[in-house]
Amino acid sequence: MAIERVVVVGASVAGIRAAQALRAGGFDGELVVVGAESAAPYDKPPLSKQVLTGESTVAGIGLVRAGDEFDLRLGIAATGLDPASKKIVLADGQPIGYDAAVIATGVRARTLPGVDEDLVRPLRELTDAAALRERLAGGAPVVIVGGGFIGAEVAAAAAAAGCPVTIVEALPALFSRVLGDDVGSLLTACHAAHGVTVLTNATVVAVERLPGDGALVRLADGRTVEAGTIVAGVGCEPNTDWLTGSGLRLGDGVHTDERCAVRGARDVYAIGDVARWWDPAGRVTRRVEHWTNAVEQANLVAHQILRLDRPRPDVTVPYFWSDQYGVKIQMVGRSAPGDTVEVLRCATPAGARRVALYSRAGRFTAAVTFGWPKGSVTARQAWQRGAGAAQVRDTLMKLMKGS
Amino acid sequence: MRIHADVGKCQGYGNCAGLDSEHFDLDDDGLVVVRRDSVTAGERDTVAEAVRGCPAEAIWLAGDGD
Repeated sequence: MAIERVVVVGASVAGIRAAQALRAGGFDGELVVVGAESAAPYDKPPLSKQVLTGESTVAGIGLVRAGDEFDLRLGIAATGLDPASKKIVLADGQPIGYDAAVIATGVRARTLPGVDEDLVRPLRELTDAAALRERLAGGAPVVIVGGGFIGAEVAAAAAAAGCPVTIVEALPALFSRVLGDDVGSLLTACHAAHGVTVLTNATVVAVERLPGDGALVRLADGRTVEAGTIVAGVGCEPNTDWLTGSGLRLGDGVHTDERCAVRGARDVYAIGDVARWWDPAGRVTRRVEHWTNAVEQANLVAHQILRLDRPRPDVTVPYFWSDQYGVKIQMVGRSAPGDTVEVLRCATPAGARRVALYSRAGRFTAAVTFGWPKGSVTARQAWQRGAGAAQVRDTLMKLMKGS
Repeated sequence: MRIHADVGKCQGYGNCAGLDSEHFDLDDDGLVVVRRDSVTAGERDTVAEAVRGCPAEAIWLAGDGD
């Protein structure tokens, strides 16, 4: 059957890029993009980075381009999907029929259980970032619960704004789940060097309101920290509630095959942070909360809806970045506990170059570069070629010293 | 169509060179280098994906006259 109308649910990067990829690929049918937020579609990574530091404005992070032609319906959430009749229902009760549907509803920030939500701020949407930026300008002490990438970026921005900053992290080092203990310790030291207090092996048990605007954060080991602003960076949950009862396979995301086609429905796809995608190489399902993954899945799905017969790779190299204290941290590949980790360093006239290489039984698994984009992209191309660990090490050593 | 780049906008994310190493690379400072600005009909989709994959909007495709 011809695809005459495509409905994209979600107007963040995955949804908007899917719509753009459909048009770029020649789709000339009806294209509806539905977004729950009323703000014009915007990019999320800058919210914990450039928007907080003031390097970028709200106007600078828009996702819609001049010439984009789609029916953008903002400020209205989708409330249901019926795969049998191929309809999506919106909050105003109006159903929209689809020939193909793309689910890109993303994630929402998790909250701290048992803590008054007025006291602890999430950072997920534009309004969160705008409110937080205002708080940082006040200079009051900031406590960040959860030392993941968003928490660390907020810490860097808050420190740059002149606020005293404390990070409360449950694990022995920041990022140790993703980067391992060695590299996690390096980054923990980097935050400490910028004046940030990092409390590891620490969990929050209560947050109490103090007279005035402040609050007291109580930790499990009895320590307390006073805060003017508390930010929770304790992970996200996929926005799948609206699909309950739809018959789609759900469970920490919308389950899809290796090409993002949703299990349990025809002509329905899920992409970006909300998609729990089958990785045939690892033989596991993965839900990936990274920008580049969302854009690649948008391309992959547009390709299928357009029924293009040109082959394309289903997956490329896992990749994400973080900006902290003016240093770009870029990770290529996937590390796992037990990987061998080696940190290579070199001082050059252009500045220090550093890369952590991860391997397992001679196989190159991941690379994390610090302030060295050229090294990151070289590692990424090597990962794609399936290069061995020794070869990647050689290549990066030469590149590091070469120029 | 030709590839255009604004090095001033480039942030060194490297998605362009990761997706299409025929046309894009990064220099030692981590900024985009267009290795070849001409795009054949068969390459156009891949280049368009690299353009949509740039978080900084530092690269784009435009006709020869633009």
